[in-house]
Formats: sequence, C-alpha cells, structure tokens
Amino acid sequence: MTVLHWAIISPFLLAILVPFLYKYGRKIHTGWFVLLLPLALFIYFLTFLPRSSAGEVVLRTVPWVPSLGINFDLYIDGLSLLFALLITGIGTLVILYSVYYLSKTKEKLNNFYVYLLLFMGAMLGVVLSDNIIVLYVFWEITSVSSALLISYWYQREKSIYGAQKSMYITVFGGLSMLGGFSLLYTMTGTFSIREIIANIDLVTTSSLFLPAMILILFGAFTKSAQFPFHIWLPDAMEAPTPVSAYLHSATMVKAGIYLVARFTPVFGGSPEWFWIVSLTGIVTLIWGSVSAVRQKDLKSILAFSTVSQLGMIMSLLGVGSVAYYFYDGDNALYTTAILAAVFHLINHATFKGSLFMTAGIIDHETGTRDIRQLGGLMTIMPITATVSFIGLASMAGLPPFNGFLSKELFFTAMVNVTEYGIFSVETWGFILPVLAWVASIFTFLYCTILFVKTFTGRFQPEKLSVKHVHEAPFGMLVSPAILGLLVVIFGLFPNVLAYTFIEPAMQAILPGIMEPGQQFKVHIYHWHGFNLELWMTIGVIVLGAILFITMKKWSQSRFYRKERDIFNYVYDSGYDGLIKGSQLITRVQMTGRLRDYFVYMCAFIVFLIIYTMIRYDAFSINTANVSPIEPFMWFVVIAFVVSIISVPFINNRMTAVVMTGVAGYLVALMFTIFRAPDLALTQLLVETVSVILFMLVFYHLPELRKEKKKPAFKLVNLIISVAFGVMITLVSLSAFAFGSETNFTSISQYFIENSKVLAGGYNIVNVILVDFRGLDTMLEILVLAIAAIGVVSLIKLRFKGSEDV
Amino acid sequence: MEVLMSVVIGIIFSVSIYLFLSKSIIRVILGSLLISHGVHLLLITMSGLQRGGPPLLGLEAEAYTDPLPQALVLTAIVISFGVTAFLLVMAYRTFKEHKTDNLEELRGSADE
Amino acid sequence: MKLQKPNDVMLQVSMRVITLFIFAFSFYLFLAGHNNPGGGFIGGLMTASAILVLYLAFDMKTITKAIPFSFTTMIGVGLLIAVATGIMSMLFGYPFLTHFFDYFLFPLFGEVELTTALFFDLGVYLVVVGAAMTIILAIAEDDK
Repeated sequence: MTVLHWAIISPFLLAILVPFLYKYGRKIHTGWFVLLLPLALFIYFLTFLPRSSAGEVVLRTVPWVPSLGINFDLYIDGLSLLFALLITGIGTLVILYSVYYLSKTKEKLNNFYVYLLLFMGAMLGVVLSDNIIVLYVFWEITSVSSALLISYWYQREKSIYGAQKSMYITVFGGLSMLGGFSLLYTMTGTFSIREIIANIDLVTTSSLFLPAMILILFGAFTKSAQFPFHIWLPDAMEAPTPVSAYLHSATMVKAGIYLVARFTPVFGGSPEWFWIVSLTGIVTLIWGSVSAVRQKDLKSILAFSTVSQLGMIMSLLGVGSVAYYFYDGDNALYTTAILAAVFHLINHATFKGSLFMTAGIIDHETGTRDIRQLGGLMTIMPITATVSFIGLASMAGLPPFNGFLSKELFFTAMVNVTEYGIFSVETWGFILPVLAWVASIFTFLYCTILFVKTFTGRFQPEKLSVKHVHEAPFGMLVSPAILGLLVVIFGLFPNVLAYTFIEPAMQAILPGIMEPGQQFKVHIYHWHGFNLELWMTIGVIVLGAILFITMKKWSQSRFYRKERDIFNYVYDSGYDGLIKGSQLITRVQMTGRLRDYFVYMCAFIVFLIIYTMIRYDAFSINTANVSPIEPFMWFVVIAFVVSIISVPFINNRMTAVVMTGVAGYLVALMFTIFRAPDLALTQLLVETVSVILFMLVFYHLPELRKEKKKPAFKLVNLIISVAFGVMITLVSLSAFAFGSETNFTSISQYFIENSKVLAGGYNIVNVILVDFRGLDTMLEILVLAIAAIGVVSLIKLRFKGSEDV
Repeated sequence: MEVLMSVVIGIIFSVSIYLFLSKSIIRVILGSLLISHGVHLLLITMSGLQRGGPPLLGLEAEAYTDPLPQALVLTAIVISFGVTAFLLVMAYRTFKEHKTDNLEELRGSADE
Repeated sequence: MKLQKPNDVMLQVSMRVITLFIFAFSFYLFLAGHNNPGGGFIGGLMTASAILVLYLAFDMKTITKAIPFSFTTMIGVGLLIAVATGIMSMLFGYPFLTHFFDYFLFPLFGEVELTTALFFDLGVYLVVVGAAMTIILAIAEDDK
C-alpha cells in the first residue's frame, strides 16, 4: 500500500469516523472536520503536478487478486491528475459551502458527509485506477453514493423518484460497461488499461471491437447524462445543492467524459467511434440547451445546461478521436478538439460549480427557485448577482471569460471537421458545426433568461415565503466567489493552464501520437482576427438577443410550457410495465403454498440431473473398490432407517423429536465408524443441544396432526420424494464410481503432507479448519453469529400493540 | 459399504422431501434437520469410506481417511445447527403471532 | 423446560460437581484440538451443554448471577478475536489469516507448541458458546 492508495482509501476511512465526529462533536459543524481531508488531498495531488507536466507518469501497484489479473493499480498521468485535482479541489469548496448551507441542528449531517466521502473516494478510485475491474467497482460506488445523496431528503417522494431513476439508468450503463470490459479482456487477456493500449492491435482487428465499444459507451453515456439517457440528471436536482454542484456538474457526470477520453486510444480512429460519440454529444448539446430554455426552476435550467455542456465536451472528444486516424504529429487541425475538450472541462467545472452554488444561495435566502417568483435580486444580493453574472456570461460564451475561449475553440474544432475528408464527413460533416451553432444560440438564450428573470426586474416579496431577503452570509459566498475568480483568471490568462494541465491531459488522451519528449503546441489566443468563429459568436449573441426580446410572443407556445422531457414518459412507462409484468409473473407462479414451491424445485432438480446424467451417460456403479461392511453396521443402518422412516408417521411431537434425536446419535455413531472422530464429537454435541432446543420450542407449539389429504395428493408427494431419493442414490454411487475409476489425486494429499510441516498440527481436520481454510471458518462463525442475532431479534423485538407484523 | 450408504442416503432424502411437502411447519423443520444428515453422509460417502486411519497424524497410520470432506462436514454440521435453530424460532414466533402451524393457513393474501 | 426455581437438592449438588468436570473436559478438548479430536467447535459445544445443564438444575436468576456476562457480547468478542488474529498476520506483511507456530520450553510442561491458530480457535470457541447459549436462552426466557 502506497501513499497514493491511502489517498483513495482515506475518504472511506473518514466516512467510518464521521458518525462519531457527528455524535461527539455536536458543537462544531461536522463539515469542518470533513473539509480537512479534500484540502489535504488537493495539496497532495498538487505535488504530482511538476512530474505530470514534465510528461512523467506515476504507477503504484498493490496486488489484489493477482491470479485473475486484478490488481489495485493506480496510475497518474495528465488526465487522471486533472480529474483528481477537480475532485478534491471542487470537493473542498463544496464542503466549505455545505457547512453554511446545511444547518447544524436540523439536518442529518452524519448521513450527508458519509455519502459525500464515499463518493469522493470512489470518484478518485475511478479516475486513478489502471485496472478496469477496479475502475468498475469504484464506478458503481459512485452510482450508489450518488443515489444516496439524491435521496438525502428521503421523506420527499420526488427525491426517491430521482434517486431511483439515476440509480437504474447509471447502473444499467455500469453493467453494460462491465460487459464491454470483459469483452476487452477476452480480446487482450489483460485488465490493465495501459496494457490494453499497448496491445491495441488485438482490439482493432477483433470482431468484438464494435460490441465492446458500444457497451462501454453505454456506461459513459448513462453516467454523463448523454441523450437519451440524460433524463436522470434533472430529477437528480432533488439533492441538496452542494451535491448538485459537486456530483451533478463538476465531477460524477464527468466520469463518462473521463471514460471516453481514457478509451480514445483504444477505440479512437474508427469511424463508428467518431460518429457515435460526436453525434451523441452534439444531439445532447442541442437537446439540453433547448430544454433548458423552457425550464422555470433555477436548478432545472442548470441541470439541462449541464446536460448540454457535457454533450459539447463529448462531441469534442468524438471529433478529436480522428487524430488517431491521421497519426499526424502536431497538426492543430486534428488536435484542437481535444484541446478544447480538456479546456472546457476545466472551465465548465469552474463556472457551473459557481452557478449551482449561487442558485443554492438564492434558494436558501428566498425559499424558492422558481424564476417566475424571483426578480430584482441584484440590489438585495449584489455579490451573488456578480458571481452569477460571471458564471452565466462565461457559459454563454461572452468575452473575456474562459467560456468564451473554449467556445471559440469548440467552433474551430467543429468547423475543422468539414476539412477532414474521411468517414464521409464531406457529405454529413456540416451538420456538426451547424448544430453546434444553433445550440449555442439557445445556450445564450437560457443564460440571459436566468440572469434577467432572477436579478433584474421587480422584486416580488409577496410571492416569497421568506420575510426578509438579504445577502447570504460571508462563508457561503466564499466558494462561489473563488470559482468565479477562477473563471476570470482563466479567461484573462488561459495559458497558465496550457502546459500545466491541458498539454499533459492531451498527452494522456492521445498517447503515442507525439514522439517521446515532444509536446503538443498549446496556446490559447484571445484574438484570432475576424474569422468564421468570431462571426459565429457574434451571430449567437445577436440571434440570442432577438429571441430573448421576442420571448413574450413564443412563451405562449405549447413548446415553451412543456417542461418535462418526452423521454421521461419512455422511462416511466417502461418502469411501470416492468413492475406490472413482474407482478403478473409473480401472481401466476407464487401461490404462497410452500408445498407448491418445493414441488417445482424438487421436480426441476430431479429432471435436470437425471437428464444430464442420461445425456452424458454418467451412471455407473463400482463395487470393486468398496470397503467391506462390518456385521454390526447392519444393525446401525437398520436402526437408523427405521428411525428415519418412522418420523413422518408419528403424530406425537415429543416422539418425533426423540426419533430424530435417535437418528442424529446414530449418525454420530456412523461418523465414528467412518474414522471421523471430530465429526462424531461435534454431531453428538450438536444433537444434544438441538434436542434441548426442540424440547423448548415444542413446549409452546401445538400437537402434530395427522395430515388430511386426498390419496392422489399424497401419491404426488410420494412420487416426488422417492424420485428425489433415487436420484441422490444414483448421484452418490456414480460420484463414488467416478472417484475410484479415474485416477485423480485428491487435494487432501496436500493437507495430509503439510499439516505438520506448515501448521504444526496433528489433527488434519482441525488444521484445515483453523489454518488452511481459516477464512471459511471465519465466515462460518459469522453465519452462526447472524443466526443467533436473528433468533434474538425474532424473539425480543416485537411491535407494540396489535400492529400487523 | 458405499453402496449401502448410498441407499441409506437416498432414503434420508426421500423422507425429508416427503416431510417438506407436508402442511405442518414442524414437519418441515424436522425434514430440514434430516436432510442435513443426508448431506453430511453424502459428502463423506462420495470420497470413499474407511480408506485408512482417522486423520490424526499422531496415530502414524499408513493411510488416512480423506480429511477434507470431514472439515467440510464439520462446518456444515454447525451451520445446519444455526439454520435449524433459526427455523425453529421462526416457527415458534409464527405460531405465537398467528396461532396456527398450518402452512396452508399461513399463506399471504392474494393482493400482497 | 421451565426455568423457574426448582427444588432438586440432589440434582443441584451433583451438578455442581459434574459441570466442573464437563467444563474441564471441554477446556481440554478445546486445547487439544490442534493435535487430537477437539477444537473450538467441539469445545464450545461442550461448554454450552455444561452451561445448559446448570440452567436445568438451577433457576435462571442464580445462573445469571454466577455467569455475569452476556452471551451476545461473547459472540462479538469471539468474532473480533478471530478477525484480529487474521489482521495480525497482515501487519507483518503476510496474507490475511496466516498462522505461525513454534515450540517453547516451559518448566513443568516441558516442550509445548504454541500457535497463533489457537487464538483463532478461541474466537471460534467463543462464538459457538455465545451463539448456542444466546439462541437457547432467547427461547427459554420468552415466557409470554
């Protein structure tokens, strides 16, 4: 375990401590304790920065399941470091914000911070893992912790709905991603991303290339809320705002982006990857921005805008993947897209994080997020308004903020597509820049709506539940202000990021393109002259402004009034259909009669085993190798059989217990005969304790009654039980015959030889139990403990009064 | 011996399945107790019986009976004790709550 | 089985002696486990039966006084000991649950083998006693 591993594990460890901190440190807001960890991690990850910008990579290995090739390998290159810094950096700010956002006395802070830390650790795991199985495990933990955070206010029905939805969609994607990963494994024989990239020829030539790619993309698209899986993100806004700012804008939804970027070297360069990723991205971009216009809830607008911005980054990654096709050194024509993707990834985290936080502030201070009830907040909350303005202007793509620069780069990349001359872009490539441009108009429009409706116009205190609306406390403003400041800094001096973050990340997304030691040329210009991109931006502003001015006219249309996405109906009806279908099946098959279930199961087992044995001709009886029957054994066996067979016919419960007891003691006797002293002792003692237990319970239970059933009914029972018994006999005989005919050496030989040498014990059975197979025994005593706890809770816990149990 | 034991094991299984199919919850529990005997004996029998001395190295026998099934069965005995106890208590509680040990009467209603 | 105060003087007197032997024997079985039939399971079950016999002979109150700890806690302690033994080996860089043993010379006893597996077995022993007793007492105490 290296420091890097502990860095990932530390959030999980802290999560264990949080409940105690909450319980015993009630005077101090739990968030203050939690805050220290992401801050420390952020500083720790910063120390990797010089190495990563020098083009070095860091690899730390801890074997986990080495026999299956699953190791806890961590890998830091430009891309993962960028994400790690985002996760810890934004995490620090969000936790600081949450300290002021969530009340110390009213909220269940322990739950909140436990979930948040789980998420943080898992997210770090996702971006730092080199092993795809480890990555998958962390990936699912982020889905689960995200659902837990969305349902944080679990009393609200909408929270539960949103949590379920996000869970179902992302877990569905996660599972198909796991399928894709296993396909990759079958192609390359390794779970390591580095090794997969090194053996890229095995992947590209395989017939499984396309299925694996599509399955993995399902994972990425569901996580990053890409069209048509984006519907979970708006409903996830039921989470507390710090969560929305953290998970649903800056980090978790970018896991899909990360995955696509990470797998660009594997799948990039193929037309399918290019078209699927860039088209999905661009459709998501336009769908999200158009949907955002018709939202009335601040966070819903931001949610759809997140969807659309994620689509933008996704489309850039898709377009950028052609760099692999050309394999052509440092040609800005092909690498601009990746540059823009990385740059916008950073920018989006800054401005969207600050916007969510200011939306939270407005919600917190005014009690509503409905833009129809808000207005005129500029004079009441000047700082919030300023920060919001910076964020929105950046998102709308206005100079001099960072969003402007990345949007220009985005246009450049999209326009460049038409010049590639591959993958039939000459016929269809034009739709990318066109759609991008149209989407940007709507982006500008919703940014304007958001700002104007919230901060300008008439203040409407009569619509608000809160009496005295005022600016948020200082502590709450710190985090959004820092992010807003970053928006300005990155806007004015974009090149501070160039060779520290962007270039190393590009190297990670496009490895092998540059010669070792060479670097991509990354320089971001504010002014390119009057080129097409600039005219596009001007067009966006003009058309967006016209649309905003004419808003009164089109806001009456049906389009504007319909807030819910139509894909929600697909999800809802699918969900209902699934539940109804399952209910139908259940009702037919589940009669509630234990006997019916046993009949199904036993009949099926008998059928399955007899069929298999006939099919493979597996019946055999070997009498050559049997051990002799000692005469007294006959007495034991006859007594045993008599006691067993008598049990069903006894109608006196005490007699029945005595008979089973007799059977049990005879089993102990047989164990002695079969040279198993340990078993005999255990069986003897267990039987004693069991009989006492039976006596205790039967004291309370009613007398057994004769079973009153029709003869036909009894006959079915008899046939099934006899068939089952015969089958077991045959299996036992065949297994024994197989064992004595084929000459395989039992693994027991190892235990017999090494029991003394390795474990220092003479009783091999005991040595196996406590030493060789100690883990089994540990789990076994755990089962015993659970059984005991179950018994206690069955007896001791009961509902008061006549409540139905 | 193995053939004889196989037949005995078959009888145990038959009887316990028959008990499983009955209406009384007590009979079902007795069936589960018996079936665990069947499973234990099956495990021991399949590896061959009396192939040498007891698996105690102190005896310094020439051959030892296979110790691995014994370790498995030892675990199984204790677990089946836990399970039987749990089942018994469940039956007990069910009877306390519903005043019946008849599984037919314990069925859930159709709208559940 | 009713666990109210019985009046069996003979039984009580003899049980005091007999359980002492059963306890001693169960302890022997537990220690002998590594080399002879016995071990945590068997020793634990034997101890549990000894305690049960005590409960049969005396009433609940007397025994609760005589055994002043809860069997539920015993399960937890047992599990913790077993896990801790496993983790100990991890601290020395070996895989989880690696055991060690060596031979030591003691006055009176002569050469004795000591093994960390014994601690693991102790955990098993405690869980078995605790679980068996918890289950039976839970039913026995339930007089409603």
